[in-house]
Amino acid sequence: MGLARKDLLRMQDLTADEIRLILDTAESMKQVAGRDIKKVPALRGKTLINLFYEASTRTRTSFEIAGKWLSADVINVSTSSSSVAKGESLKDTGLTLQAMHPDIVVLRHPASGAAEFLAKQLAASVINAGDGAHEHPSQALLDLFTIREKKGRLEGLKAAIVGDIAHSRVARSSIHGMRKVGMEVRVAGPRTMLPCFIDRLGVEVFTDLERAIADVDIIMMLRLQLERQQAGLFPSLREYSRLFGLTLPRLKGAKSDVLIMHPGPINRGVEIAPEVADGPYSLILNQVENGVAVRMALLYLLAGAPQAG
Amino acid sequence: MARRIAQELKIINGADIPVGTLDVTLYRDDLGRVGLQPVVRKTDIPFPINERRVVLVDDVLYTGRTIRAALDSLIDLGRPRLIQLAVLVDRGHRELPIRADYVGKNVPTSRQEQVQVLLTEEDGVDGVLIVKG
Repeated sequence: MGLARKDLLRMQDLTADEIRLILDTAESMKQVAGRDIKKVPALRGKTLINLFYEASTRTRTSFEIAGKWLSADVINVSTSSSSVAKGESLKDTGLTLQAMHPDIVVLRHPASGAAEFLAKQLAASVINAGDGAHEHPSQALLDLFTIREKKGRLEGLKAAIVGDIAHSRVARSSIHGMRKVGMEVRVAGPRTMLPCFIDRLGVEVFTDLERAIADVDIIMMLRLQLERQQAGLFPSLREYSRLFGLTLPRLKGAKSDVLIMHPGPINRGVEIAPEVADGPYSLILNQVENGVAVRMALLYLLAGAPQAG
Repeated sequence: MARRIAQELKIINGADIPVGTLDVTLYRDDLGRVGLQPVVRKTDIPFPINERRVVLVDDVLYTGRTIRAALDSLIDLGRPRLIQLAVLVDRGHRELPIRADYVGKNVPTSRQEQVQVLLTEEDGVDGVLIVKG
């Protein structure tokens, strides 16, 4: 069993069986992380390039650690210190990297569709680590892994995704992923942040946080992307926080065993109160921990596909 | 098979010998070469192996590549005093300088054949089948 694809670009492309294979493989990978010698030789001689056009701590570090624990050689290219700063296009950067024969390129880019564009140029496997407001599949997979680990199952669970749905690649990837494995999904946020026709993805739409979280198993808070908020989608941070911030009093209306997730980085006191983020139901750091195992599984499964390399 | 050997040893001399499972998938040398990628399963060795005598148990010894991977994998988990190998069937065709310390039966085979070991615990019946490929 392997992934019968060269690239991982969108959750939309994956089948439920492929998602299950990735999560099962990640469980085995998590074991490696618990050992004294956190390294296996599976990807010895393979080269992984992290190409990041946007800031990132957890995703880039997580792919880097995942590659290193599998014995791949990992190279990080950040745009501020590369030829991109001299105006090189994505295509040319991609072809330049290709000439160095990497096996896997992990791309984060502000433009939706950038990973798909690069995947067509390169013989290497391309993993989309976030393209604009489009998708961020490895994040959705690690969220599914974390939910399955805590709840023991995915099918039939109910999740609410709260915040700026329109600008969120995490939301889009999660909606596709959760729907494929049989979860019910709700989205909630101010109307200005809910895209038109979002219900066509098979989600219920709420504009009231309390009603949205009333009987769900998982609440996924999205980061308010302050760097993308010049459009006046809400009157003030304080008002957003008052209406859509997850606070302890508000959580009283939710299920007693509700799990709280956030893809990070969090804006403490804006979309999530510190006592909720640091509270017992918060899985925020579990998500980060599991991110490494899930990305190890992705690298292994993509590198091992017979046509790759 | 390892579990069964441990049970027999307990009957013979009353010794409780811990049994664990080693998954060597991540240590294989044929990633991307074989048509079907094997599923990565879990290694479960719930006891320290430092300074102990470890007997690797496998059903069929063939090319020796799995044992090579198992040795590397084991050494990443600790430093045993001694590692030995016990197999039920040695079918020949080694591709590496590896030999078993304990062999149930040497069975000359051709490379075109497959040797399958059936165990009551998993297959409902004990048996060794030589299947024409």
